[in-house]
Amino acid sequence: MANHNQAHDGHGESHGSLKSYIIGFVLSIVLTIIPLVVVMNEMFDKKTNTVIILIAAVLQFAVQLLFFMHLREEKKPRYNLTSLILGLIILLVIVGGSIWIMTYNAVAV
Amino acid sequence: MWDKIKEFSSEFFVTGDPLILGAQVSIGLTLVAVVLVLTYFKKWRWLWSEWLTSVDHKRIGIMYIICSILMLFRGGVDALLMRTQLAAPELEFLTAEHYNQIFTTHGVIMILFMAMPLMFGLFNIVVPLQIGARDVAFPFLNSLSFWMFFFGAMLFNLSFVIGGSPDAGWLAYPPLSELSGSPGVGQDFYIWGIQISGMGSLATGINFIVTILKMRAPGMKLMKMPMFTWSVLSSSLTIILAFPILTVTLFLLFLDRYAGAHFFTLDGGGNPMMYINLIWMWGHPEVYIVVLPAFGIFSEIVSTFSKKRLFGYSSMVYALMSISIVSFFTWAHHFFTMGSGANVNAFFAVSTMIIAIPTGVKVFNWLFTMFRGKLSFPTPMMWTIAFIPCFVIGGMTGVMLSVAPADFQYHNSYFLIAHFHQTLIGGVVFGFFAGLYYWWPKMFGFKLHEGLGKWAFWFWNIGFYVCFMPQYALGFMGMTRRFNEYNFDMGWQPLNVVSTVGAFLMGIAFLFQVWQIAHSIRFYKKEPTGDTWNGRSLEWSIPSPAPMYNFARTPIVTSRDDWWEKKERRRKGEPELPHVAKAEQAPLEPIHMPRNSGVPFVMSFFWFIAGFGFVWDWTWMVIPGLIGVIVCMLVRSFTYNTDYYVPVDEIERTEAAARGAH
Repeated sequence: MANHNQAHDGHGESHGSLKSYIIGFVLSIVLTIIPLVVVMNEMFDKKTNTVIILIAAVLQFAVQLLFFMHLREEKKPRYNLTSLILGLIILLVIVGGSIWIMTYNAVAV
Repeated sequence: MWDKIKEFSSEFFVTGDPLILGAQVSIGLTLVAVVLVLTYFKKWRWLWSEWLTSVDHKRIGIMYIICSILMLFRGGVDALLMRTQLAAPELEFLTAEHYNQIFTTHGVIMILFMAMPLMFGLFNIVVPLQIGARDVAFPFLNSLSFWMFFFGAMLFNLSFVIGGSPDAGWLAYPPLSELSGSPGVGQDFYIWGIQISGMGSLATGINFIVTILKMRAPGMKLMKMPMFTWSVLSSSLTIILAFPILTVTLFLLFLDRYAGAHFFTLDGGGNPMMYINLIWMWGHPEVYIVVLPAFGIFSEIVSTFSKKRLFGYSSMVYALMSISIVSFFTWAHHFFTMGSGANVNAFFAVSTMIIAIPTGVKVFNWLFTMFRGKLSFPTPMMWTIAFIPCFVIGGMTGVMLSVAPADFQYHNSYFLIAHFHQTLIGGVVFGFFAGLYYWWPKMFGFKLHEGLGKWAFWFWNIGFYVCFMPQYALGFMGMTRRFNEYNFDMGWQPLNVVSTVGAFLMGIAFLFQVWQIAHSIRFYKKEPTGDTWNGRSLEWSIPSPAPMYNFARTPIVTSRDDWWEKKERRRKGEPELPHVAKAEQAPLEPIHMPRNSGVPFVMSFFWFIAGFGFVWDWTWMVIPGLIGVIVCMLVRSFTYNTDYYVPVDEIERTEAAARGAH
């Protein structure tokens, strides 16, 4: 608690410009519209649709982090980036590992 | 009306077992006695303002440790009951149902409510002192963590007398833990007890990462931190990545039971094996969470009592940090027999073997630290010495278990039981005892009686080997875990009797420790200095017990083992570096400290109420409980007067009193 204020001031980040906010906003809208259009108009088969949605989701994630979570503007030491990378690795392990392990354990219906 | 009450209470309270009836009576009497003593000595206000609302990391640490020792008692009694039941074939000491409950609560209590709080207690007491800080980064959150743990643990323990204990094993595998297998409320007590305390654990992990990264004394670079602080950092990192998995998994199980979902059921598209997969993603890192700080403790003790710097400091750091990452890649070795295919089993077998390497590095580091050191053997060092061979055997049997094809033989046998008790007792319990003996003078200002401590040490150690070595053999003889009885013709009786004797030897050891603490308080002898063991890190540079603000002046760190180097300079008559000397002569300044707060206690109490409501499916109780939680959050958000300054003359008085004592 004692260092609460100091810790907050210590960041001293700039909080983005109007331009970067607008670019981020437009990009995130576009990335939302793409999967919507693809699915609503049934443009491709199911598998391709899924892939497109997943790619758009990952890009969306990056846009949010870069344009709104200020990941680029972090000062050194880059704790946020480090913990994000670590979190992503663990997330990949959890999701990927579970899929891998559970493929062989599907309950027979 | 009377019949209704009778019917309700026969469901509400656990009835019909003389052992539990005895416990109910003694719990009731103890509660009455506590209330009477507090009232008679007019200590209620003192209890509230000095302890329950305290945000001081040292007091929170002490409260954690008191709770964990009580839980050790309960978990230990569970263990002795189990061993008694198994001492002879076809014994009718415990019913099958009661036996199931006891092995479940033994596991949960020992890991979550004994090892975790004992670890958090040591985190709290030691870390701020070692890094030269006044408190943790978020003292309010720290207090909240403690009370969440406390009320979670109480909720879990309540199941013993109200409603009935959970009995689906310590990790509550479905489908047994689903409504179909466990229709009683015991399993709900399990879920909510762990959920509530788990939130506290997660907050503690965050708190200590921030504390260590942000609040080190000037000059203490990461690679100058004491090894215990490093181990806390690696353990906290593992906590914040692993505990959310536990929370989500148990929440899904809760949805299955409470809302009729089908995540882990056998029907409706559920898959119980997914639960096993998820729970071990938390469960395996969890064992590293508790053992890593023990490694840190041994590192501190080994170098203090060898009067040498720790051998291989940076290899130790890399070993700790790599364990905390690799521990996320080994979980499937808990269910090799599930049938995930050769590739999966091979991957997890290899990753399990890999994680043994950094642990081996550490063992060699400790041995080389002792090599040609000026060794002395007070109790903390004895526990360390005992730990090394014990943990090496535990580790090697672990590598045996990691061989996936061989694991089909060992799986769920007493070989496994012996293995994990050897790593958890030989590693974690020995480590935390060593730490407790080592830092006890820093906590309370007096040492624990050495002679009684040595009795306890030998009883623990001999008891340990007598108890668990036969279990390896029993595992090979085909005895599987969680049996409540066996036949005469199995030939298991002799080794089981030996094992039971060993368990009771450890029980006696615990009594020695209680006696040791009581004796040391009765014949209180104040430590003349704050530096009981001729220590090396900053916590030994201040009086024992540490003043409320820890350091009157923020220390300036110049090297590893800073306090030891300073003592060496003083001994040789060398001058301090100019900026250090200047900081040490500087006039005292008012110290910024956090104010006590009753909100954590009240908020956790409301969580307890909400949890109890969820357990019994009483919405009229859940809603006020959750509203209480939200109100507490609002109260805290609108409290602006959260800190104050300790004036200089008060610091001077405190320092004079502390230094004047010797």
